[in-house]
Amino acid sequence: MATKMQFDLVSPERRLASVMVEAVQIPGADGDMTAMADHAPLITTLRPGIVRLDGVEGAAEKAYFVTGGFADVAGPKVTLLAEQAMPVSEVTAEIMDGLIAEARAAQDKARNATDGGTGVDTAGKLVADLEAARASTLG
Amino acid sequence: MPNLKDLKNRIASVKSTRKITKAMQMVAAAKLRRAQDAAEAARPYAEKMEAVMSGLAQSVGNSDGAPRLLAGTGKSDVHLLVVMTAERGLCGGFNSTIVRKARAQVETLRAQGKTVKILTVGKKGREQLKRDHADKFVGHVDLSDVKRLGYADAARIASNVLGRFDAGEFDVATIFFNRFQSVISQIPTATQIIPAQFDTPDAGQDSGSLYDYEPSEEAVLEDLLPRGVATQIFTALLENAASEQGARMSAMDNATRNAGDMIERLTIEYNRSRQAVITNELIEIISGAEAL
Repeated sequence: MATKMQFDLVSPERRLASVMVEAVQIPGADGDMTAMADHAPLITTLRPGIVRLDGVEGAAEKAYFVTGGFADVAGPKVTLLAEQAMPVSEVTAEIMDGLIAEARAAQDKARNATDGGTGVDTAGKLVADLEAARASTLG
Repeated sequence: MPNLKDLKNRIASVKSTRKITKAMQMVAAAKLRRAQDAAEAARPYAEKMEAVMSGLAQSVGNSDGAPRLLAGTGKSDVHLLVVMTAERGLCGGFNSTIVRKARAQVETLRAQGKTVKILTVGKKGREQLKRDHADKFVGHVDLSDVKRLGYADAARIASNVLGRFDAGEFDVATIFFNRFQSVISQIPTATQIIPAQFDTPDAGQDSGSLYDYEPSEEAVLEDLLPRGVATQIFTALLENAASEQGARMSAMDNATRNAGDMIERLTIEYNRSRQAVITNELIEIISGAEAL
């Protein structure tokens, strides 16, 4: 059996999860990654996506949807700081559509901006990420 | 001597005042507990955020490419004061202490020849500052219809502040709020949020340098700093909410006690007057009987 490590998921308003897990799949900004115990110290920003926990003790939730934030991976411990996070089972089509609509509006705003549109790509990626997350959470 | 009827009315009115202040005190106590819980729950996020950012700031901070939110604009000519107060009164010196602190800061900055802009959060501070600083107002955030403070409220204020910063409206931003110490003591606090400031950690700290950063140190920091601003504002809002309820609780406790004292005094006066009236009547009867 793999060694367990401490996993914490905190949002600004409360601590959502604090459990022992074997591995965590993190939707990093540069791509997905899986962190296990004794992973090299790493800090990464997150893109909207799903955090999956493997080998969770007890009946805790195994997957969370996050809209962004960052992860601090440090040896025996993974801490995820997410601005908005919720168990995947609580995600509804309305919530996702709301987020996507928000991202689209930001994309349009970036397109219309006069500064050469550096924000367009970022905003477009956000929309794409959210749509992918919508597909995988709602099945 | 006030007549008996008047005294009775006064006692009744003070009694109902006492009932109201007592009720307000109890409501404040309940809200205080909730506000404290919220502040407690928000702490892990804020602490982690602070730790990661200060680690990063140390390693990136002094390079040329440091983000403007950290390095500043290179000037400190225009200051933005974000004054956070309550939406409601009847909470003792809560609003006044913040406003007093902000006023002092305005004076200091003006003496140094800086330009001051004021963004108010909460109605009460705006009302108090309007008298002499209305010309410096650049905006107001209304939280009166917010039932439960959420991160979204802080994010709204943060994006307001950050938008102004990006537009070059100011160089330095400071938030004013009351830090919750206990029910009887709240400390008016000023914290500089832009450019970001960190308590310098011990020189021998080993975190920062050991970490790998993805995509890169600069990119992570750039992503984190705006969130850091929002988090600081959120923490301040929560502290403020707890302080407000604490201040209201002790103010209402005082009011309740004063009302009690007043009732006691009035009751004694009432009884004395009543006694005097009875004595007078007796004297009249007795002297009437003696005359016969």
